[in-house]
Parts: sequence; structure tokens; C-alpha cells
Amino acid sequence: MGGLIGRKVGMTQVFDEEGRLVPVTVIQAGPCPVVGLRREDREGYNAVQLAYEKVKPSRVTKPILGVFRKVGLEPHKVIREFRVDDPESYQVGQVLDVGVFQVGERVKVTGWSKGRGFAGVVKRHGFAGGPKTHGQSDRWRAPGSVGASSDPSRVWKGMRMAGRMGNRRVTVRNLTVVGLDRERNLIWVKGAVPGARKGLVLISKETP
Amino acid sequence: MEGILESVGKPYMKEVPEFGPGDLVRVHVKVIEGDKERVQVFEGRVIQRRGSGVSETFTVRKISGGIGVERVFPLHSPRLVKIEVVQRGKVRRAKLFYLRKLRGKAARIAERR
Repeated sequence: MGGLIGRKVGMTQVFDEEGRLVPVTVIQAGPCPVVGLRREDREGYNAVQLAYEKVKPSRVTKPILGVFRKVGLEPHKVIREFRVDDPESYQVGQVLDVGVFQVGERVKVTGWSKGRGFAGVVKRHGFAGGPKTHGQSDRWRAPGSVGASSDPSRVWKGMRMAGRMGNRRVTVRNLTVVGLDRERNLIWVKGAVPGARKGLVLISKETP
Repeated sequence: MEGILESVGKPYMKEVPEFGPGDLVRVHVKVIEGDKERVQVFEGRVIQRRGSGVSETFTVRKISGGIGVERVFPLHSPRLVKIEVVQRGKVRRAKLFYLRKLRGKAARIAERR
């Protein structure tokens, strides 16, 4: 269990021992100091609170500054909690880095997907759209029928239609850790990760 | 964050001979068949190079048994044992896709000296 906060750097590729090409996403993650602990008996759940990205004290609000002052840490931009089974094994002030992961291990990565704005049904739900030829006009990206006639006289709830797409929390699970660089706080995982470059991502271990 | 991406791929990059579109090359590829490993040669014209850094690839086109065959190789793939430049080609563009429509005499490329 446990995790790390980071930012997506971008995608590139590497080769494995057998010479196969592996697409990877590079994430700059940690170092993340532990700011607080959540325990079953006190808060009702078990978690560690981690911080990421040091900032000037003037960049955070006074209440947040107080949180850091209390535990004797420099202020950080981001604070997130990660559920763990054993909060006792962590100490406030302890700093986690990419060393918490191992090459070959499976992780899940959470991020905020790129916002696509108000998207039509073809882009948003993968509809086929209408025919482009044979006397059609203005129908090529239309959603088609949304329901039956006088019975039920309404559109079913959950009917897939156009609307806001993206800019939501997305988690990709079971990504393999391909490489680590402890000195530069880098981790690269196989495959794509939600969000734009420089977007905030949370990496946590896949519970077996 | 600049330069981080490049540095991740750097260690995988190899020394490759200088070659470009229009050149006739012999690509020695390691082929794995079951538990055996052998080297196969693919000889043809380079019709494009694309991408940058570790992700760079090149396309080689040849006519095999009267049929055009194209193969795309990752430039830095460890499966490429060797790239030999047989002849330099004199061409005026970076992508030689026009060769696909030509055959025989018309598809020849003059040697650059």
C-alpha cells in the first residue's frame, strides 16, 4: 500500500531485455513528506497524509501554513491522503520517495483527464454518426433516435447524449513500473496515464 | 521539466550510421524463432525517417517477388544488429512516398557522389 504524489512529464519509449519496444509515461514523483496520519480509532479510517512540491510560505493560506508549522515542515503546494492498512508504520516528518516502488511492480495512477469541453456524441460516446452521402445533410455527427414514441413519451434516464467530456478524475490500474530514478525522483510506467503534461497524478500500489 | 523525457530514452540510444531518404541500405535484424536466434537481412531504399530521440524510426522499401514490401524499424532497436549503407541516393525530398506508385525503371534513384 502507500503511494506518492507526482506530475506527469510525458511519454517516450524504451526497450526491454528482449529488445521489445515499451511505451512509457515518465512521472516526476515525490519526495513526499508525511504531514499527518489518520487512524481508525480517531478518524474512522486508516491513511497517511502526504505533501508534494515545496512552495514559499506566502503561497499557501494561513490555515494550511499552520498545518505545516505544527509538524515542523516547510509548506508544500499539494496535500493528499492515501489509504493504508498500517498507519503506525509511518511517522510524521518521514519523507517518501520513488523508493517505495519497485521495478516490475503493478501500480495504479490517478489523474484528472484533459477537458474536452462540450463534446458531441461521436467523440464522447463513440457513436458512428449518420451517413455522409446518399442525400444526407447536417446528419454526419448526429446522435440518431433517443427513444420510442408515445409509449413512453419521454427519454430514458441515462441516455447517452452530448455534454461535458473529460476534466474528471480517472484512475488507470495495473500499470507496470518499468524504471526508477531515485536521484531525480522519476518513475516510468508502461502505458498511458490520464491528464496533460505537468498534470498532478497520484501513484499508489495495486493491492494484491 | 525540460529535458527529462530525453534523458530517460538516452541510455537506449545507439550509434547509427548516417543515412537518409533515398539511400540503399542493408538492415541486419535479429529474428527470434522459438528458442533459436538468427540474423536476417532486409535490403531496400529508405523512404522516410520520422520521430526524434529514441522514438525515431525509418522505413525501408524493397520489391520482393514483384510485390512492394515496406518495413518500419525503430532506429535504436536492440534487434537491429547493423545498418549498412550500400549506396547514397540523390533525392530532393524527405519522404519518398511517390515511389509507391512507380515501378521498374521509373522507380530508380540516382547515386549521389
